[in-house]
Amino acid sequence: MSEIEILSWARGPGLQIATVIFVAGVVIRIFEILLLGRKANLAEAKGSEMSSGLKTMITRTVPDKTTFKRSSVTIVAGYVFHIGMFISFFFFAPHILFFKDLIGISWPSLPGAVIDACAVISIIALLAVLVNRLTNKVMRFLTNFEDLLTWFLTFLPLITGYFAFHRIGFTAPSLLAAHLLSVELLLVVFPFTKLMHTFTLFLARWYNGAISGYRGVES
Amino acid sequence: MSATIEKGINALKRQVDSSVAAFFSSCVHCGICAEACLFYTETGDAKRTPINKTEPLRRIWKSEYTLFGRVGKMFGLTRKVTDEMLEEWQELVYDSCTLCGRCSMVCPVGNDIALMIRKTREGMAAAGQAPEGLIGATTRSVTIGSPMGVKWPALAAQIRHVEEDSGLKVPVDQSDVDYMLLLSSMEIMNFPEFIEAMAKIFDKAGVSWTISSEAFEATNSGIQIGVSDIAAELVQRIVDVADKLRVKTVISPECGHAYMAIRWDGPNLVGKPFGFKVRHVLEVLDDLHKQGRLKLAGKDTQRLTYHDPCQISRRGGVIDEPRNLINLFADNFVEMPDGGKMNWCCGAGGGVSANERADEIRLKVFDRKKAQLEEVKPDAIISACSNCRIHLEDGLEEHNMDIPLLSLTETIAEYLSDE
Repeated sequence: MSEIEILSWARGPGLQIATVIFVAGVVIRIFEILLLGRKANLAEAKGSEMSSGLKTMITRTVPDKTTFKRSSVTIVAGYVFHIGMFISFFFFAPHILFFKDLIGISWPSLPGAVIDACAVISIIALLAVLVNRLTNKVMRFLTNFEDLLTWFLTFLPLITGYFAFHRIGFTAPSLLAAHLLSVELLLVVFPFTKLMHTFTLFLARWYNGAISGYRGVES
Repeated sequence: MSATIEKGINALKRQVDSSVAAFFSSCVHCGICAEACLFYTETGDAKRTPINKTEPLRRIWKSEYTLFGRVGKMFGLTRKVTDEMLEEWQELVYDSCTLCGRCSMVCPVGNDIALMIRKTREGMAAAGQAPEGLIGATTRSVTIGSPMGVKWPALAAQIRHVEEDSGLKVPVDQSDVDYMLLLSSMEIMNFPEFIEAMAKIFDKAGVSWTISSEAFEATNSGIQIGVSDIAAELVQRIVDVADKLRVKTVISPECGHAYMAIRWDGPNLVGKPFGFKVRHVLEVLDDLHKQGRLKLAGKDTQRLTYHDPCQISRRGGVIDEPRNLINLFADNFVEMPDGGKMNWCCGAGGGVSANERADEIRLKVFDRKKAQLEEVKPDAIISACSNCRIHLEDGLEEHNMDIPLLSLTETIAEYLSDE
C-alpha cells in the first residue's frame, strides 16, 4: 500500500469502522450502567436528589483547598493536559472542517499559533502526568497496564498531530495518515477502558451529589 | 469453591447497582482519594488508598456486569475474588477505614468511595472475612440487644441514679409521646450524664418523651460489619416499639453510626418508610431552641472547638445545627481547619474501635486530629459522638495532651436558663 492508499483508507473505511465501534461501544457501556438501576431511597429526605446531583456535576470540577494543596501536581498537570487537548481538538480549523463534513455544523476556529501552543503545552503536561504516575507513590501503586496503554493512546494523536502540523520528518500524506490512524486507535479502545470516564464521570458525580444532597450535604 | 466464598461473591453481586457501575467506570487511578484518607496520610502506605479497598467489589462488577469483563471471564482473563484475596483485604476494608467519607468528597470524577467500601464489607462479612471484634459485637447485638452486652437492668439502674441525682422523672415505656430517646451502650455505661442532660432539657422544654425498655439501643453493628439482614433486624426492633408506643419522633443520640443506621439506612434496610420521624439529638435541640422552648443563660469564655463526627456531619447532614447550638453559649468558638463537612475523622468510627486488631493503627492515625488540634489550641473540644469522644480522650492521653472533651448535649444542659 502506498502512503496515499493508507491515507484514503484512514480517511474512509478506517474512520467509519472506528467511529461505529466508538459510538456503539459508548452507548452500550452507558446503557450497561443505567440498566442496572438503583433502589429508591425510602428515608425521609433532607434535600433534593436531582438538584444536588446536577450541582455536584459542575462543582466537583473545582477541588477544595486542602485537596489542592495535597495533590497539586496531579491536579495542575491533569487540568493543563485536558484543557490544552480540548482546545487543540475542537478549535483547530482543519478539525472544524472535518467535523463539518461529519455532522454538518461548524464553529469559529482559533489561530494556528494558539493551537500549536496548546498542543505543545498538552504534550508537556501529558509527559508530566506520566512522570507523576511513575514517581508518585500512590499512583505508581495503582497503575496497571490499562493506565499506561490509555496514556500512550492519548499521547499519540497529540504528537502525530504536532508532527503533521510542522511537517516533521515525513511527507504530508504519511504524517496525516499516522495522525488519523492514531485517532482511530484511540476511538476503538475508548469504550473498553477508563477513557469512558469522559462520559461516565457525569453519571458518577450526579450519583455522588444526589446521595449526599438527599441527606442535606453539598458534596 | 467453598460455601462461604460463594456467599461472599453473591453478596458482592447484590451490591452492584447503577451508581457502583458509574463509579468504577469513571476511576482514572489519579490517587487523589489517598490524600483525603487519614489511614494513608498518617501511614504513607499506598495500599491503604481508599479506591484500592474496593478491589473485591470492582472485580465482581468487572467480570459480571460489563460486556468486556464477561467476555474476558469466558476466556479466564478476569481476576477472581478468592478467600485468600479477601483475607488480605480485611485489614484494608475494616481496620483501615472508618467509612468517614472524606474520599467521597474529593474524588474528581465523583466516586462515593466510602459507599463502595461499605458495600465491599457486605461481601467480606458474607464470606466470613470480618474481624473477630466486630463479629463479637454483632453477635451480642443480636442475642443480647447491645454490642457491649448492656441489658435493660443496667440501664434501669442508671435511670434510677439519674432520677435520684436530678429529682426528675425519666419516663419509661410511655405511649403517645413526642419523643422516644435511643441511647448508645457507650452512653449507658460511660456517660449516663447524657440521660440526665436530656431529662433536664425535656423538663424545661415541656415536651413528652420516653425511653423504651425493649428497644433502647441506638447502635447498629450490622451496618458496621456489613450484614444488611442483621442491620435490618436491629432497626426493626426500634420500628416495632416506636409504632407500638405511637411516638412522633425517634431521637438518635450522640453516636455517629447510630444516626446513619436509623436515620438514613433504616427505612431502606427494613424496606418501607417509617411512620415516625427520626432526628439526631442536635437537630431536636436546635428545633426546640427555634421554637423558643430551649433557653440558655450564661457564656463560656474558654476557647472551644467542635469535632464533627463524620456520620453526623459529612455523611449525615447535621452540620449547621451544632454550630447554632454552640453559638448560644460559647463566647470564643473556633473552627478546626477543614471543620464542617470536610473535617478529619477521629480514626475510630465505622467499627474500627470495636476491632482490637486495629488498636495500633487507630492510635497512629490520631496524628491527623492531633495536628488539627495543635493549630487550633483549644481549651476544650466539643463533640456529639461518644465513640469519637472516647477515642479522642484515648489519643490525647497517648500524647499527654490535656484537653477536656465535652458532649454538646450535656454542655447545653449546663447552660439551661432558670426562667
